[in-house]
Amino acid sequence: MPSVTVLILRAPGTNCDRETAFAFERAGALAKFVHVNRLLENPGQLPDFQILCLPGGFSYGDDIAAGRILACQIKNHLAEVLHEFREAGNLILGICNGFQVLIKSGILLDDAAATLTWNDSGKFEDRWVHLKSSQNSNVFLEGVDKFYLPIAHAEGKFVVRDTDTLGTLDQNCQLVLRYADPEGRCDGVIEYPQNPNGSVANVAGVSDQSGRILGMMPHPERHIDPTHHPQWTRRKNQAEGDGLRLFRNAVRYFE
Amino acid sequence: MTLWEIDIYPAEGQPDLAAERVLAGSEDLGIHHQFSLTAARGFLLQGELDAEQVECLAGQLLSDEVVETTVVAPVGDQRLQTPPRGTGRVVHVLPKPGVTDPVADSAQAAIADFQLNVSAVRTLRKYWIEDLEDVPLQRLCQKILANDAIEQVVVGPLDFKELTLGSDYVFQLITTKVCELNDQQLMQLSRETQLYLSLAEMQTIQEHFQKLNRDPTDVELETVAQTWSEHCSHKTLAGRIAYRDPQGERRFENMLRETIFAVTQEIRQQLGPQDWCVSVFEDNAGIVRFDDDFNVVFKVETHNHPSALEPYGGANTGLGGVIRDPLGTGLGAKPVCNTDVFCFAPPDTPADSLPPGVLHPRRVMQGVVSGVRDYGNRMGIPTVNGAIYFDERYSGNPLVYCGNVGILPRSKSHKEPQAGDWVVTVGGRTGRDGIHGATFSSTELHSESETVSGGAVQIGNAITEKMLLDVILEARDRGLYSAITDCGAGGFSSAVGEMGEEIGAEVWLDKAPLKYEGLSYTEIWISEAQERMVLSVPPANWEEFQKLCQSEGVEATIIGKFVPTGRLQLKYNDVEVADLSMTFLHQGRPPVVREAIYQPPSTAPLQLPSQINYVESLQQILGSLNVASKHWVIRQYDHEVQGGSVIKPLVGISNDGPSDAAVVRPVLSSRRGLVIGCGMNPRYGDLDTYHMAASAIDEAMRNCVAVGADPERIALLDNFCWGNTERPETLGSLVRSAIACYEVAQGLGTPFISGKDSLNNEFSYLDENGKRQVISIPPTLLISAMGQVADVLNCVTMDLKESGNLLYQVGVTKQELGGSHFSMIHNLTGGNVPRVDVPQAKRTFAALHRAIQNNLVRACHDMSEGGLAVAAAEMCFAGGLGAELYLNQVPSDLSQDEMPQQNTCLLFSESNSRFLCEVPRNKEKGFEQALEGVPCGKIGTVQSTAELNIQIESDGKHPAQTIARVKVDSLKKAWLTPLDW
Repeated sequence: MPSVTVLILRAPGTNCDRETAFAFERAGALAKFVHVNRLLENPGQLPDFQILCLPGGFSYGDDIAAGRILACQIKNHLAEVLHEFREAGNLILGICNGFQVLIKSGILLDDAAATLTWNDSGKFEDRWVHLKSSQNSNVFLEGVDKFYLPIAHAEGKFVVRDTDTLGTLDQNCQLVLRYADPEGRCDGVIEYPQNPNGSVANVAGVSDQSGRILGMMPHPERHIDPTHHPQWTRRKNQAEGDGLRLFRNAVRYFE
Repeated sequence: MTLWEIDIYPAEGQPDLAAERVLAGSEDLGIHHQFSLTAARGFLLQGELDAEQVECLAGQLLSDEVVETTVVAPVGDQRLQTPPRGTGRVVHVLPKPGVTDPVADSAQAAIADFQLNVSAVRTLRKYWIEDLEDVPLQRLCQKILANDAIEQVVVGPLDFKELTLGSDYVFQLITTKVCELNDQQLMQLSRETQLYLSLAEMQTIQEHFQKLNRDPTDVELETVAQTWSEHCSHKTLAGRIAYRDPQGERRFENMLRETIFAVTQEIRQQLGPQDWCVSVFEDNAGIVRFDDDFNVVFKVETHNHPSALEPYGGANTGLGGVIRDPLGTGLGAKPVCNTDVFCFAPPDTPADSLPPGVLHPRRVMQGVVSGVRDYGNRMGIPTVNGAIYFDERYSGNPLVYCGNVGILPRSKSHKEPQAGDWVVTVGGRTGRDGIHGATFSSTELHSESETVSGGAVQIGNAITEKMLLDVILEARDRGLYSAITDCGAGGFSSAVGEMGEEIGAEVWLDKAPLKYEGLSYTEIWISEAQERMVLSVPPANWEEFQKLCQSEGVEATIIGKFVPTGRLQLKYNDVEVADLSMTFLHQGRPPVVREAIYQPPSTAPLQLPSQINYVESLQQILGSLNVASKHWVIRQYDHEVQGGSVIKPLVGISNDGPSDAAVVRPVLSSRRGLVIGCGMNPRYGDLDTYHMAASAIDEAMRNCVAVGADPERIALLDNFCWGNTERPETLGSLVRSAIACYEVAQGLGTPFISGKDSLNNEFSYLDENGKRQVISIPPTLLISAMGQVADVLNCVTMDLKESGNLLYQVGVTKQELGGSHFSMIHNLTGGNVPRVDVPQAKRTFAALHRAIQNNLVRACHDMSEGGLAVAAAEMCFAGGLGAELYLNQVPSDLSQDEMPQQNTCLLFSESNSRFLCEVPRNKEKGFEQALEGVPCGKIGTVQSTAELNIQIESDGKHPAQTIARVKVDSLKKAWLTPLDW
């Protein structure tokens, strides 16, 4: 019986919940789906879990702005519970829409320090990107240098309030995942489509200061199986997908 | 009560993407004036709020202070009339009252979470426009900023102080005088009340009510019209047809039953215990076996007429509607992928050459793609396969096909409503949207359709449907209902009418939850408001069902009861408003009797130009709209959500080569895959609709087999879109293609499992001289195919993998340039249309599948538009490699005396049942053995230099000759550029 349990938070419009649970299970955890209404009714159930995951999708249709309505619900009713959950040494992962929710609810960074807004292309895009990780400043990314994962979003451009904020985040090693070229270079200008949305400093994922919360736009749960890789028919070695590392790291953290 | 307005602008330094889009769009549509524009999005909030509260909502909920700034004031306030910079006139665009506004609904619910109360919310868009005169401004509003069908434009300050919410409805039973009318009056009634019934049908209704000694109520008449509409009953194709062609006469009692249904029945009988069909042409989608635990279902629908009027909403609800088909099949299938196929006029058509009342094809295309994108992505269903065809005859009547595949536990594949069950509506509320969609879609479009039928246009709300989906799958697994169907065309009328056909039903219309007050009982009954399903729930399960729905915020309401009366009884506030016999409703329609004639067009041989530049021809075909890369569309769709993606629509070393078919694993813990492909050749239909249909089937099969699907396990779907079939020649061309479907499917042993037709795809208008002109679409048959593969690790993609490997052409090239893309780019007519040698095709598919299963094939590509040349070019640039081809090795049936044409044919002929395969040298023998008995030629090799080099080898007498030599990069560029928007 797996000892690490994951709460997969569902809201109206969440749609990557199943495959994210599947990825956690592949990594050895037990995943349970909880609708946000149940968590609002009974926030006391959160400490029964070690990992909280906000999966991808379009919570409340992304109406108003991506992740905004769920973020407001969390900010208005669950901020304290989530804070305690993190302080108790647990992990929180937000993927795509989950990242948008974490950043807009002030769980990940200070309120209004940064946001995720419309891609420079002005449209939703599904494409694979190379990512460079700063490895050891976030539990989920431990020992991972590079990733190849798909993005699928319209509002994934990371923007900060001002350059000071960017400097502080950088100094604190919170800008943990960046869009890169195939060689793994991620500083300076990375052109579209390698930086698929125009994110400042090529930021694709952000850590909180504790290193136990990660928000990221790319989808690790979509690169678990060897046949997820867009060029798997060209490759000799059908190894497991890059994304699985991230889920294994989370489970291993508790073992 | 104050009406507050919140305008939200991009902050200093942030891009104004909405303004950029408008400026780009206006240039495309021929508004060449230089003007500048600032855009805002906004909200109107009506309620007892003070300025501080509204500021709080603006800052915390409605805008993002990192990237946006806001202006907050009561409507009418001067601050709202001040441009953020410069001068300029203000234009507001708002959804018309009653039009679904999902963002406003969500905002209203979210505001309640702030402990504030607003009685109404509406979204708006606001534009400040400088330096544009009245006339172009008006044109801009009409063509770009708003769509009259659903939106209102206010130039200058907003001219209202409150949001109207509908008005009270005073019940009054309306009967329609029918019994006393003469024929002319009957037809007038049919037209004026948008029943669109024929005289024979009106007379049948009249006789029925004369016997009952009373006139029908309005809702009875509407119910009959909906049930008997072409859209719901397919009366033309399922009707009596007297068909004549040069071979003789054939009489059909039920054309579809005797062709497309019949072939499936025959195949199922032949298969006996190996029959893998589960339910065909019965339920909302066809059902076939997948594995020991699951069945799979597939349905493709069209939403052409709504998409012509409002491309975004039409396509949006088209996809939303077809997703509800699998969900309403058996006891509810879980959707696993979507397909989309569109037909448009070329997007570069000059705006002034379009007929009046028609939206520009570029705008239609952008709207349709966005509509499918926003619904499919929000539902969390990957859109994995599709195609786009361009022809100027689609200018007034674009075609929008949307498909959905679902997976269904085997034990949940059949439904049976029980007498005594509640009739329950679940999901969205009922509004005035989509009234008369079923009858409207059965008639032709004309230049005033927009004003007459605007109500038929709907906007979807994907999240409502996603919530509905989540709840239904849970209720299905708990066994809480006995039957389910979707509320599509015809609304409750169709859904309850069909579900209760064998039993009888009583419906209490006043119980249906409404979006706003003021709907009459008839409007409630026939509304086609989206995102609703009707379920049959045993009373014992009601409490649990209702609780489940409540827990996820989904509305479920009892609106009636299935009762064993054989009658459809409707009540409003306990007053009976309709009482119809189910038998009359479902079997009373007089048979439609139609004549169909097929006269083969006189065929002239194709005259080739004397000088042909092969490289230029190839580049032109690659850059023609049908062949050119559709990455602009594909990337806007999430094609990987649900985590089962195996073969993506774009493949190869740069993730941009055109895959033949998509492969997904619907069950994440299993290696078994579903293969989705399609085929369509409207250009062949201009020559012969029989061979068009045969070629479409062959192409759909080819696409699936090319990636590894087992040809013995492919199921087909037919979607006929035709012009006005009251013309015998038009119907004749359709019947001819249905006969082809029968014969080819029979020969291949491939069943049809579901289908749909859309007739009367014509657009009429008055030209400058006041003369009525009709544009009829070309006969357009879409064949969709769903294949299966036992282990996805055996799948192959079309990109070349390694230099030194061998290239084989499988299948025979014939002199078949008729309807080809080669003849299209050279403006040639006539010639031989590609035919299908069915037994040969069957052998070829089986042999190639064997080779793929045994890992003998590294890459495989179907040969279709542009023939060998295009297939080879695509394989090269997808793999980042080159190829050397020897045309003299191509298997063909061309004789020597056809010499001058020979090379052109070998390169560009579009003969069916052909593939181009890459085979490693050490698998040469194995591959040739696997293909034994099938025409197959070793025609070249893969090269590391990215060049396509086409040669003829020396035959001893003549020296070797280079026919064409071109850098792969230049071919790729020609292919990528045209639709790189």
